Amino acid sequence: MSGRVVALALAGAALVTLPYWIQGSYYINVSSQILFYAIFALGLNVLAGYGGLVSLGHAGLLGIVAYAVAYTLQAGLGHTIAILAALVIGLASMAVYAVLSLRATGIGFIMITLALGEIIWGLAYRWISITNGDNGINVRTRPEPFDLSLASPIAFYYACLIVFLVSLAMVTVFVRSPLGAALMGTRDQPRRMNALGYHVWAIRFWACIFSGLLTAISGILFVYYNQFISPQALDLTSSAEVLLMVIAGGAGSLLGPAVGAALVVVVKSVVSGFIERWNMLLGAIFVVIVIFMPEGLVPGTVRLWRLAWRKASAHASHETEPAASEAEAKQ
Amino acid sequence: MSALTVNALCKAFGGLHVTTDVNLNVEPGERRLIIGPNGAGKTTLFNLITGELTPDSGSIALFGRDITRVPSRRRPHMGMARTYQIITLFPHDTIIHNVSLALLGLSPLRWNPFIDMRRQGHIVEQAHEALKRVGLGHIAGRPLAQTSYGERRRVEIAMALAQNPKVLLLDEPFAGLSIDERRDVHQLLLGIPRDVTLVMIEHNMDVALEFAERITLLHFGEVIVEGTRAEVVADPRTREVYLGH
Repeated sequence: MSGRVVALALAGAALVTLPYWIQGSYYINVSSQILFYAIFALGLNVLAGYGGLVSLGHAGLLGIVAYAVAYTLQAGLGHTIAILAALVIGLASMAVYAVLSLRATGIGFIMITLALGEIIWGLAYRWISITNGDNGINVRTRPEPFDLSLASPIAFYYACLIVFLVSLAMVTVFVRSPLGAALMGTRDQPRRMNALGYHVWAIRFWACIFSGLLTAISGILFVYYNQFISPQALDLTSSAEVLLMVIAGGAGSLLGPAVGAALVVVVKSVVSGFIERWNMLLGAIFVVIVIFMPEGLVPGTVRLWRLAWRKASAHASHETEPAASEAEAKQ
Repeated sequence: MSALTVNALCKAFGGLHVTTDVNLNVEPGERRLIIGPNGAGKTTLFNLITGELTPDSGSIALFGRDITRVPSRRRPHMGMARTYQIITLFPHDTIIHNVSLALLGLSPLRWNPFIDMRRQGHIVEQAHEALKRVGLGHIAGRPLAQTSYGERRRVEIAMALAQNPKVLLLDEPFAGLSIDERRDVHQLLLGIPRDVTLVMIEHNMDVALEFAERITLLHFGEVIVEGTRAEVVADPRTREVYLGH
């Protein structure tokens, strides 16, 4: 338990001091990307990991929010209005998305969300009067909360970090709450949950809305980071990528999505500078993860760590008193 | 007023009539046993009563109130609980979490996304109490994956009892248990107070007959015989249908 606290404190300190030990705006920008993709993955993990509802259309939702910000700004309105409008539009879109896709679960749910994501992509591509089609929309400035400019990479990194930590706290509270427990119950035994008096559909609907909120937050950071949005951000590859982040890091774990986001973003943007066939490398990494840690990097590492710890303490018990090792094992 | 009334209930899957014109009248506090050979439609009848299946025709009433159109998820809130023949628990969680979920199902807290579930003192307390009733108080914190089949049966019953039902439907509570475990569960069922009406499906005649006051014999979806224990056991149709000679 205390080891976990130390590890989390170290990770937190590393994130806060990151701009001081990482040189160059390029790597700071990569870190910002990791953080907003981590929020995106956290949002998908609420559904895919805790709810057992794998969505393959989440990039479409992220895109709607990003376009909402860009379009509102283009219309000459301010950042506050753009962000609020994007949140409202994102949540409303998610509500429609949820009502349509929650008609099914399992493969059916995946297929409906895939279709919805593709429809949104098609709209972004073809509804030129609003989206400017393939050319996309530019976002000229970043917002200045409390008169702090987010134009520099470091300032934007800290904005992402704060929003990420708040999002992580939100998911942590949710997962431990009765509604979170109910959501996991509907994942494992929907029929039983219904027989115990739960409204399974409504629980899943609210999980979708929460997932939509995190996706919207991520979408806002996404569009302000790139200062540009085009249909490419909404395509199936993007939806699959965030799902891979969740699965690689550990679906249904709190920190898994962030670790998965770090892995994918680093391979995609940093390693791709050295290896031309980075896609193949990413594929190979996933294969290795699936073979050795099918539950994902974070739960897998915890499992191996515990196993090693138990072995070490069992070994030690041969030399010292057995009672001591028992007490250690209980911790 | 009857605790549970089933009136002219019919259900067919395609051309297969699994429930045909079934009538049941269970008095408050009664211990009712439903028997019948495999495929007689016993579990289907339970699924109709709890609302997991919708009847083609007929009606169901709980304490005089027609619940035929009430969604199944509302029925626990009206005092109906059930256990499953095939154990249906939450495999990744602890025993106490399973029972807590049962309690939470009837509490408005179940919609709350902000509070810590493990810190809800009254829920944890009630869950412990329910587990003590079934003799599992000492292993409440154990993950379900590390429990025996017999213990899981008792968790099933604890979850149903935790909801404080007025009518409890038990679907083969002795299935797959050893003789010792069967005796434990039997004692447990005998200890349920009389303000709970029990309806039980069971194949295991030696324990079940001892338990029941009235027996309903189903065969091919129809009620063949109904009456007191002595009447049903003495009836020649029981021998013919159930015992096969």
